[in-house]
Amino acid sequence: MAGTATQKAGTEPTRRDFIVVAAGAFGAVGAAAAVWPFIHQMNPSADVLALSSTEVDLSQIAAGQSVTILWRGKPVFVRHRTEAEIELARKDDTAALPDPQKDADRVKKPEWLVMMGVCTHLGCVPLGQKGDFGGWFCPCHGSHYDTSGRIRKGPAPLNLPVPDYAFLNDTRIRIG
Amino acid sequence: MADNNSGFFANPLVKWIEYRLPVFSTLDHMVGSQYPTPKNLSYWWNFGSLAGLCLVIQILTGIVLVMHYTPHTAMAFDSVEHIMRDVNYGWLLRYMHANGASMFFIAVYIHIFRGMYYGSYKAPREILWWLGLIIFLLMMATAFMGYVLPWGQMSFWGATVITNLFSAIPLVGEPIVTWLWGGFAVDNPTLNRFFSLHYLLPFVIVGIVILHVLALHQHGSNNPLGIDTKGPQDRIPFHPYYTIKDAFGVGVFLIFFSFFLFYAPNYLGHPDNYIPANPLVTPEHIVPEWYFLPFYAILRSVPDKLGGVLLMFGAILILFVLPWLDTSKVRSAKFRPIYKQLFWVFLIACIGLTYAGGQPPEGLALVIGRACTIYYFAHFIILLPLVGWFEKPLKLPASISEPVLKA
Repeated sequence: MAGTATQKAGTEPTRRDFIVVAAGAFGAVGAAAAVWPFIHQMNPSADVLALSSTEVDLSQIAAGQSVTILWRGKPVFVRHRTEAEIELARKDDTAALPDPQKDADRVKKPEWLVMMGVCTHLGCVPLGQKGDFGGWFCPCHGSHYDTSGRIRKGPAPLNLPVPDYAFLNDTRIRIG
Repeated sequence: MADNNSGFFANPLVKWIEYRLPVFSTLDHMVGSQYPTPKNLSYWWNFGSLAGLCLVIQILTGIVLVMHYTPHTAMAFDSVEHIMRDVNYGWLLRYMHANGASMFFIAVYIHIFRGMYYGSYKAPREILWWLGLIIFLLMMATAFMGYVLPWGQMSFWGATVITNLFSAIPLVGEPIVTWLWGGFAVDNPTLNRFFSLHYLLPFVIVGIVILHVLALHQHGSNNPLGIDTKGPQDRIPFHPYYTIKDAFGVGVFLIFFSFFLFYAPNYLGHPDNYIPANPLVTPEHIVPEWYFLPFYAILRSVPDKLGGVLLMFGAILILFVLPWLDTSKVRSAKFRPIYKQLFWVFLIACIGLTYAGGQPPEGLALVIGRACTIYYFAHFIILLPLVGWFEKPLKLPASISEPVLKA
């Protein structure tokens, strides 16, 4: 073609080359921007985000008892720990922990342990007061947690996470 | 070549259509008298068409099941029970769909192992092999999402465990899982999107199957001898010779299918999925459907979360480079005395993984799972490249028809 005769190898790019690249880049950025709504629609919607706090009455939970609360579609364990459990948890602060954390950093009041009931391996619900460390045991793939909910043995990499919560008064907490 | 359709093509209506839209000649070239096929294909070559049949059965039963199913967490379980109890022939259609998935995987697994034994993945059929693997991956995704739809206990916890696999990815793992769920746990948004994709993916599979067949026709079928056809004396037309052979296979396969469908429709399933999903209680023993067990066993063999996930996906991805890991130029195991034995050991390792995947991950099952995992990868990474160099293959026949004509 006559128009391409000036575009031999080694010559300067022409103004047409610039227009082609600029138009192509503009189109690519526009297409990428248009893709975003199609991706972001899969993230949590406004109503899902709105259901993000729940309150728990602690006065009915005796020492040595636990309740399981559903918060944001997931179980939260609220355990009224016994003196023996608290002591065991503190004693193990110095043990070899895969995810080191002090018991005191995991509770606001030592007798109340509040944490997600979701195994950090693949999301099963661990069973309470089972396993090698007197805490929780996940039946799916065999992870053992201690009386502070810390991972001690098995494939799970992390301790059971503690959600944001606050004591509204002595017998009431709000999670979220 | 004998044209068995000359009568058909002489029909005036066929002629009229063919002149305007060449559908009949296209089909005739794809699966008809104009598709030359090696004349020595054994019954192991039936499983491609059987897998295609399964895909058709799944799509047909799926389309009618959707007419009665409700994709909502509050109603999904009940709507499946409604199908089972109230809808006319609903029980039959649902059992066909549920057992059809297992039949599809049986056909595809045999098809894959056939390809491995006879070296069907070797040049020039590498892209044909890749397309097959993509179909396999899409099938796994489709089957997984379909299993979530009844919203039973295994549906819910299977979805939870599998989506959580992505949380093993460093840094972006958690946002990805939240994105997949559309919330902070597997819930209604998750069910809805799985339903949408479960309906879509089978049609994507159809598209890839068409490419798979297109790639197949470029160089034709491999055959039990693994040598190229050398001329017309080595080939017969696909129709009627292999259409009738495939049809016979369909009959046998449907009898096998019917045994499960009518006499043991829940044998391949798990009773826990007849309990409605409960986000607060994980079943004692979570197991995936049987066709995922080998990969599940690999996942659990590794005592590290990210390592287990990587190895599990790696077990499938490694198949993509199989054409280059296998360094032997000889395709068929018939002429490869050492590879022939390794193939069967590999098959036993896969069966061992299936067993280990179905057991709780402790004791002997864990040991078997780990040993078989190691062997699975050693087969591809160590044994196949070495055997290709050291093995002395038997003498290949000059052509497919030569040994027959000599005798």
